[in-house]
Amino acid sequence: MTDVRKVLVLGAGALKIGQAGEFDYSGSQALKALQEEGISTVLVNPNIATIQTSQFLADQVYFLPVTPFFVEKIIEKERPDGILLSFGGQTALNCGIELHKSGVLEKYDVQILGTPVSAIILTEDREEFASHLRQIDIPTPQSRTSETLEESLRIAEGLGYPVMVRAGYALGGQGSGIAHNEDELRHIVSGALAFAPQVLIEQYLHHYKEVEYEVVRDRFDNCITVCNMENMDPLGIHTGESVVIAPSQTLTNHEYHTLRSASIEIVRSLGIVGECNVQYALDPKTSKYYVIEVNARLSRSSALASKATGYPLAYVAAKLGLGYGLTELTNKVTGVTQACFEPSLDYVVVKIPRWDLEKFKNVDLTIGTGMKSVGEVMGIGRTFEEAYQKAIRMLDLGLEGITALNVFERHASEAEIIEKYLYRPTPKRMFALPVAMRNGITVEQIHAITGIDPWFLMRIEHIQVRELALQADHDLSAECLLELKQIGLSDKRIGELTGKSGLEVRALRKQLGVLPAILQIDTLAGEFPSDTNYLYMTYNARHNDIEPLQQEGVVVLGSGPYRIGSSVEFDWTSVSTVEALKQYQKRAIVINCNPETVSTDYDTSDRLYFEELTFERIADICEFEHPYGVVVSVGGQTPNNRVKALHSYGFPILGTSAQNIDSAEDRHKFSNLLDTLGIHQPAWASFTNQEELRAFVGRVGYPVLVRPSYVLSGSAMKVCYDQEQLERYTREASEVSPEYPVTVSKFFQKVKEIELDAVAQRGEVKAFVISEHIENAGVHSGDATIVLPPQTVNAETRARIEEVGRKIARALEITGPFNIQFLAKENQVYVIEANLRASRTFPFISKVTGVNMISLFVDTLFQEEVPVVEIPTPTFTAVKAPQFSFSRLTGADPILHVEMASTGEVACFGEDIEEAYLKAIIATGGHIPQRGIFISLGGQDKKQRFLESARLLAKLGLPLYATKQTSLFMRENGIEATMLYKLHEQKEPNILTYFRDHKVDLAINVVDSYYVPQEEEDDGYAMRRYAIDHNIPLFTKIKQARLFTRALVEKDLATIPIKSWNNYQK
Amino acid sequence: MAIYQRTFSTPIPSENETQHDEELLVPSLRRGSLVLEDGTRFEGTSFGSDTAIGGEVVFCTGMVGYPEAITDASYTGQILIMTYPIIGNYGVPKSSCWEDDRIHIAGLIVSNYIDTPSHAQSTMNLGAWLRREGIPALEIKDTRRLTQHIRTHGTMLGKIVFEEDIPFYDPDLDNLVALVSTPEVQVQGAGETTIVLIDCGAKRNITRSLLARGVRLVTVPWDFDLFAPDLDFTFDGILVSNGPGNPRLATRTIEILRAAMARQVPVMGICLGHQLLALAAGGDTYKLKFGHRSQNQPCLLEDSKRCYITTQNHSFAVGTLPEGFKPWFVNANDGSNEGIHHQELPFFSVQFHPESMPGPIDTDWLFDYFLERVVAEKGKRGIR
Ligand SMILES: Nc1ncnc2c1ncn2[C@@H]1O[C@H](COP(=O)(O)OP(=O)(O)O)[C@@H](O)[C@H]1O
Ligand SMILES: Nc1ncnc2c1ncn2[C@@H]1O[C@H](COP(=O)(O)OP(=O)(O)O)[C@@H](O)[C@H]1O
Ligand SMILES: [Mg+2]
Ligand SMILES: [Mg+2]
Repeated sequence: MTDVRKVLVLGAGALKIGQAGEFDYSGSQALKALQEEGISTVLVNPNIATIQTSQFLADQVYFLPVTPFFVEKIIEKERPDGILLSFGGQTALNCGIELHKSGVLEKYDVQILGTPVSAIILTEDREEFASHLRQIDIPTPQSRTSETLEESLRIAEGLGYPVMVRAGYALGGQGSGIAHNEDELRHIVSGALAFAPQVLIEQYLHHYKEVEYEVVRDRFDNCITVCNMENMDPLGIHTGESVVIAPSQTLTNHEYHTLRSASIEIVRSLGIVGECNVQYALDPKTSKYYVIEVNARLSRSSALASKATGYPLAYVAAKLGLGYGLTELTNKVTGVTQACFEPSLDYVVVKIPRWDLEKFKNVDLTIGTGMKSVGEVMGIGRTFEEAYQKAIRMLDLGLEGITALNVFERHASEAEIIEKYLYRPTPKRMFALPVAMRNGITVEQIHAITGIDPWFLMRIEHIQVRELALQADHDLSAECLLELKQIGLSDKRIGELTGKSGLEVRALRKQLGVLPAILQIDTLAGEFPSDTNYLYMTYNARHNDIEPLQQEGVVVLGSGPYRIGSSVEFDWTSVSTVEALKQYQKRAIVINCNPETVSTDYDTSDRLYFEELTFERIADICEFEHPYGVVVSVGGQTPNNRVKALHSYGFPILGTSAQNIDSAEDRHKFSNLLDTLGIHQPAWASFTNQEELRAFVGRVGYPVLVRPSYVLSGSAMKVCYDQEQLERYTREASEVSPEYPVTVSKFFQKVKEIELDAVAQRGEVKAFVISEHIENAGVHSGDATIVLPPQTVNAETRARIEEVGRKIARALEITGPFNIQFLAKENQVYVIEANLRASRTFPFISKVTGVNMISLFVDTLFQEEVPVVEIPTPTFTAVKAPQFSFSRLTGADPILHVEMASTGEVACFGEDIEEAYLKAIIATGGHIPQRGIFISLGGQDKKQRFLESARLLAKLGLPLYATKQTSLFMRENGIEATMLYKLHEQKEPNILTYFRDHKVDLAINVVDSYYVPQEEEDDGYAMRRYAIDHNIPLFTKIKQARLFTRALVEKDLATIPIKSWNNYQK
Repeated sequence: MAIYQRTFSTPIPSENETQHDEELLVPSLRRGSLVLEDGTRFEGTSFGSDTAIGGEVVFCTGMVGYPEAITDASYTGQILIMTYPIIGNYGVPKSSCWEDDRIHIAGLIVSNYIDTPSHAQSTMNLGAWLRREGIPALEIKDTRRLTQHIRTHGTMLGKIVFEEDIPFYDPDLDNLVALVSTPEVQVQGAGETTIVLIDCGAKRNITRSLLARGVRLVTVPWDFDLFAPDLDFTFDGILVSNGPGNPRLATRTIEILRAAMARQVPVMGICLGHQLLALAAGGDTYKLKFGHRSQNQPCLLEDSKRCYITTQNHSFAVGTLPEGFKPWFVNANDGSNEGIHHQELPFFSVQFHPESMPGPIDTDWLFDYFLERVVAEKGKRGIR
């Protein structure tokens, strides 16, 4: 064994597109593996919402950016003797490589555990790697790397178009694309070179199958492949964007093992110690293959493979890094067999990505070689149809299965659907497949268009044919019902096809004894007995592998797929609930379907149902388990949405009653309640026609916030500043009718937004935390920068908030967590909404204050009377900042508004808000400007308010650039700034050249709040987008820009204290 | 016995593989049952031939390679349950890709049969192939229950029946090797080294693996006397193949191996060949509770930290090692013997399948090892 005592683990930072929750899973597993060995652990990860940054996993946690600068300082302070680079995604890997190259690791004598760094560097450099593969006679597509546009053009000329462009040292396909001609190549390459040092120009492989292998190797040269996975979508659609099946379905033994052996050969040749992912292109006609890439680290695919097989890849990889042999580890699932084996599955899993593209204005909906999805789900079944349709429901988009039509525009004809969605790959394409089939397009034709293997298409056709038959004959005999369930139809879908409700079908089904079976995932297909807690349900079996837990069991509903607005924070709340239940001798039964989570780890809960969070499935589980109760308040909005149905069906809901949860969720009920309690709220009303709406707005005045219940396209909520906007919006984007009412509220401008998070027991608040948004209201609370303790909330406002919180808790007899959002204006507070569940700020406030609000919640369920917890004001300042992924979302306007757009968050601590904010900005990919600062301010009012900051910026001694009006304004006030022409003006000096040539590395573009995105020729939009596409940090809110300016001027990174979480707690 | 022969008498498929009988194209979808010796009954839908069959019920956990598996003669007399639930996906490749010229399993049980395969190399669907060869096959949804039953109670006899019942059939009582071995001597390849393959039901990939290494290969029947005075060829080493059934019944092969060892001819055994070598050298064999049939069996190389992932397909195993032999490989999961090696002489054998097909090819270096030993011996002693 390696003789290490203290190991530094690098985390992945904020969740972003391409690098999401999977690294919380891998980091947590690594920490557990180290802990078991009695090794002291130091974790660097600013992502405060993760489980790995919990008290019980690492000895020291640093909420600091995972950048060479900060990590070096931590190394200097902590003096670890080992470091793990491969558990924190590309972020950790890139940081580790830099620390190695700069000699820091050597200087402090820190040993890289696991795969040698030389191998990592080799796999990251696309050209060197390609030549390595050629040396060992493993085929790889013809390609050349280049560092300039000119060279790229020459290479492409040589290869012949189309060509594939890929960026080095990047992840999630960032910057990649298929160029069919010179123009496209210019566009893609210049985009990619904006953030990557090199690009690879490669022979484009059209409609090859994409297949992946997860390989594990120890230092004794034992090498296994834990899982292979087949992408349903062909090469050209990133594996992160593709529907993925494990194990492969259409590969023969010869193909499977040729690729397996090649994987092993590659991994051996690289000397990997730990985990590695190999991606292939396979020619469906000739079985010829090419290696696409190798990731010498834990990846999204390895997290999926781990969940798909039950094999704890990250844990094993960490142990191997410490020097263990595979043969020295046991199979954690069976407890008796070896870790040195290859799992055998007796089920199939289907992963489907979850996208949220429609939240973004102007975004390109096409999916391709770059990632755009924000999360994923994994359906498990014993037929492909079953697993696939389960996964579709797991997406939580209200889709019942592959034949769902509600993904499409409501009035679109089938011909329009085919025209619009079959040919171009988008998140909706899969739903157009059955539409195409029933309109006479053959499987062969669809295969030629999409590149999807006919095998999958025929499975989809099978579902379609069965559904049509059911629709015709309404045969609901036991035999027929069972068959329908075996191909994954929900009760609701069967009801839709036979004119019944889902509940009626359910009743009939139970009466006929058509029930799902509960099976274990045991890694060995039943060959050895095991008491694994990892479960799934299927209609393709007729027995249960387990017995119910009855009153000992408590069901905890997890959060489902990560998406914008619901992410790793709800995994933290779920896992914290599971931990807390242990104190009360209850056994946690987790239901979740997201392979990226820690809550779905083999050793987190007493029972894990890797299952749908639909009413039907939760009810199936509850009817089997007869649990003590169901926790619905820790998994975000998805479980919350199930409360009503679960309660009416008679299942015991733990905590706040279902009726009271409904009183908070139902706008009308909640508003009436606020009125009775004398609590202020912005004026609002619901409308079913335009006249009433106009009358209301006439009364309250513009601006107003409009929330339609049916959206035709794009985002749902919108602020309208005048009649024209309101009319345009309600005509073009949403429907207003008796069936689809629209809710309109008075929108408050220039007001503060404040949050109250609390836990109550039988209506008595037991603990609460008030935090403040830095941005004014109008920026969604999930996108806002949140500071704790509040900086500018006076005692009176605070007292008001507390009072309102207590009143609401009492009125709704809350037992459990809740969150209320307030607008504060002239010492008066207005309630926007209340959520009777843990909010996304729970991990942040719990970790900052040191009071775990979730365990307090669990106390309220089991203790007679929980004592009140006085939460002390922190002696430091903590800032939670959002992470955006605009760079992935081609075309999206990077502005902040009432709808959430961020994909993740970080939190950093400091002596004051400036210090904490500076770190947080660096942790989300920002940096300290060194070249030049570009400023473009909105109206006169904005200019005045930024003047002081502009003066400060001038002191930094960097060149300042500004748009015409702004530069004039600055000059009038004695600040020198070079005027840059707007992009479309095509005159020098131009924003275009200055951004492109990296003369600017900070852009401030304050967007007027009443700004209306124009479709065409919009300079503001073009400029913002150009900044994002050139990797230039961008601030669009005046309060952010002012705070960042202060931080830049007042703080010096060199002298910033490096303190661990423990250091702050003291 | 009678039941078994029905399978055997099925004509060997014609080489014109794209042409098949119309009636074979569609499965009958008749209901059938798998009845176990202990009375347990599982209902299913037929997608193979609607003919009743008796045999031993075993399960296999491999996830790919059903065409290779079902043409493996070691499965003779066995009704095979696939634990991977979705079978038939890539159809049936041309016969040169099989492990023998016909299907050897007695019957097939899967959870979800796919009648619409997709693969460029597919010539027909699995059901049609089974029907053409007269092999019954049932889709029984809960193959996991069935597997757990066998795991708990051990391998047992069973039968696939339709309307009419038939008696159970115990394949262990018959010398199955005699049924599947080649009827005549066959010479293939050319090279300086001549290897004799004693065909006890050899998988074709053993032949392919040897030929790929440039040897002259003489395949002989299981009971062929290699040391008869009138033998018209010379050879440098013997490879005893895999095969079905109880090794003790292949007495002739055991005798031949004894003779070979006495003459110090290099011998390598695979699977049944391993058991036969052990018996010939004085060791013993026993029947495992439910055998090893999978592609993920970890085998430790003695005195090392090396572990190989292997394909296996056997009920019987080597118990007491013969004198003069040491363990070579051992199963990392259950500690059973996976290989033996003589302390000095070139006699060795493995329980697993270095020729794979289906399964991982991690141990095909054993063929190199074998040939190296053969050549070394040849060098020592001059040409025989
Ligand atoms: N030569 C190629 N031809 C066609 N598509 C390709 C080619 N190379 C890669 N791709 C597609 O691009 C995707 C992203 O490429 P990859 O190198 O895996 O990037 P990343 O490192 O971001 O995962 C792959 O998943 C594959 O679908
Ligand atoms: N009446 C209002 N005036 C000003 N801002 C508002 C108003 N209502 C909502 N907002 C802003 O919109 C954001 C989202 O509104 P909210 O009702 O909380 O939606 P969600 O349910 O998505 O959290 C809030 O965080 C706040 O910034
Ligand atoms: Mg990739
Ligand atoms: Mg909100």
